[in-house]
Amino acid sequence: MNPYRRSPFVIVATVLVYIFLYAPIVGLVLYSFNASRANVTFEGFIPAYSDRVVMDGSLVKTSPCGPFHWYCELAKNGDVAEAAGNTLTIAFSATIISTIIGTMAALALQRYNFKMKPFSQLSLYVPIVIPEIVMGIGILTLFSQVFGWVNDTFNLAGDARLSLGMMTVTASHIAFMVPFVALVVQARLSGFDKSYEEAAMDLGANEWTTFRRVTFPMILPGVMSGALLAFTLSLDDFVITFFTNGPGSTTLPIYVYGLLRRIITPQVNALSTVWILVVFLAVLILQILQNREQKQHT
Amino acid sequence: MLQRLRESKSAQGTILALPTTIWLFVLLIIPLILTMVVSFGRRSPDGGVIYTFTLDNYTRLFGYSTDCPDGQASCFDPLYVNILGRSLSLAFNTTLLVITLAYPLAYFIARAHPKQRNFYLFMVLIPLWTNFVIRVYAWMMLLRKEGAINIILGWLMNLLHIPFAPLEMLYTPGAVLVGMVYEFLPFMILPIYTSLEKIETPLYEAAADLGANAIKTFLRVTLPLSMPGVVAGTILVFIPVMGTFIVSDILGGRQVILVGNLIQRQFLDARDPTFGSAASLILMVMTLIVTYFYTRKFGFGEEIVVA
Repeated sequence: MNPYRRSPFVIVATVLVYIFLYAPIVGLVLYSFNASRANVTFEGFIPAYSDRVVMDGSLVKTSPCGPFHWYCELAKNGDVAEAAGNTLTIAFSATIISTIIGTMAALALQRYNFKMKPFSQLSLYVPIVIPEIVMGIGILTLFSQVFGWVNDTFNLAGDARLSLGMMTVTASHIAFMVPFVALVVQARLSGFDKSYEEAAMDLGANEWTTFRRVTFPMILPGVMSGALLAFTLSLDDFVITFFTNGPGSTTLPIYVYGLLRRIITPQVNALSTVWILVVFLAVLILQILQNREQKQHT
Repeated sequence: MLQRLRESKSAQGTILALPTTIWLFVLLIIPLILTMVVSFGRRSPDGGVIYTFTLDNYTRLFGYSTDCPDGQASCFDPLYVNILGRSLSLAFNTTLLVITLAYPLAYFIARAHPKQRNFYLFMVLIPLWTNFVIRVYAWMMLLRKEGAINIILGWLMNLLHIPFAPLEMLYTPGAVLVGMVYEFLPFMILPIYTSLEKIETPLYEAAADLGANAIKTFLRVTLPLSMPGVVAGTILVFIPVMGTFIVSDILGGRQVILVGNLIQRQFLDARDPTFGSAASLILMVMTLIVTYFYTRKFGFGEEIVVA
């Protein structure tokens, strides 16, 4: 019997589901070349390169960038650049902090016994079983109550007043990212043979050296995939950011959401296309790295 | 002191776990407690909170109203109960549809040649990693009256000489359902795939040797062994669908209001954080109850971390 045999029903269903997954993405990319500024119907590609943008009503006739007109507009858009900068700043800082403290927590939970262990372990599951919006409004309430109290008590004025911004977004991101890092690293640690560490200790290494030279290199892949998961969660987050961002801390998802509620030009499609390309490359690189690691193991 | 620390395993564990535990306590546990406290409060005229103890927000949520048409002192207003019911049934329908679509695909990938599996998984990861908001926007473009679906349908109908008027698909409950299914489909594919992939081929061979046909093998071997994946996927889909407000906001317009939209509006437009907090607690309790009974019946798979 051929173990890889699949019934025609499964194959047809699979093809249909893949079409379902990709049709919206294809449409999105196609419309990023739309000649129509209104972006309601597809009015064809922008035909010609020229030294200036020529419009006919809402149709773009020529552009210095030709069919890539909306990508050039996107590159000139300062708001997008700022939002992209904010998104990356938040994602990087939140990933670094959550990876460090999450890995520490995973080690503690897997290797040590201490009084608050059950509480620590339980708190890791909170963001998984609670809808994000509940977390979001809770954090918003906390910040607004605490900030209001501090501002009033110390009579803070102007820039000194505490308000929502990059710090609040980053801190909140860490809160929902840490559990994922900790759980991924914990899973890695649980399948890990303790005898390597015992051997190192027997050979005279102290605890710190054992950690640095034996434990850490062995859990590093787990730490890396935890960090990567956390990073993508942060890049992708809408709900928590929505409730905790303030002036000057708009991220890309928040920016796109704002656009969707107003007028949509093909610029949004161009932005989405660039985003999809970046994701595509990131996933590709990740897969190649994972494949290489698997090959080394076998 | 340092010496004692080095010897006390328990102290070391506490210190290692401390930053995470404090962080989660301050930004998860305290906010939840605060939400509870605020939900029993009353709205102040400027949109702030007056801390008292009143159940008004909860009675209002479950239909008690003093704003009645024929001069009665109080009556039943189903507005919010309907919103809760709609969210719950949408979450159930989305989960069922997602399982139906995800299962064959996960099965296909799990039974593919090992060398090809990574490619098929890669094809699932791309839509998953594309931003949530962008994916909703993509469906907005497809479902519009002038969108691609109507264009293709119109073209087909024209070919068959059937008169065709573009369908109004955007801003309907159906649009929200499709959007939700699309958003959360990958979260079901990955855990189901993980549990299917663990099934060893000799099991299938044994089933075949013992005379089971394909359908019987599926029902008696494949399906039971893949249940942990289905359970994990259900949790990963059901809970976020209950709380999402973007999909209904963009694809449902003013037509489809879910509990997520209700909460969001209380905090941003209506400015009644006390009522919003009550709604949010009820949402949390509803998801916890469903998750509790569901996992008690089927167990809690470790597949949840994989996705």
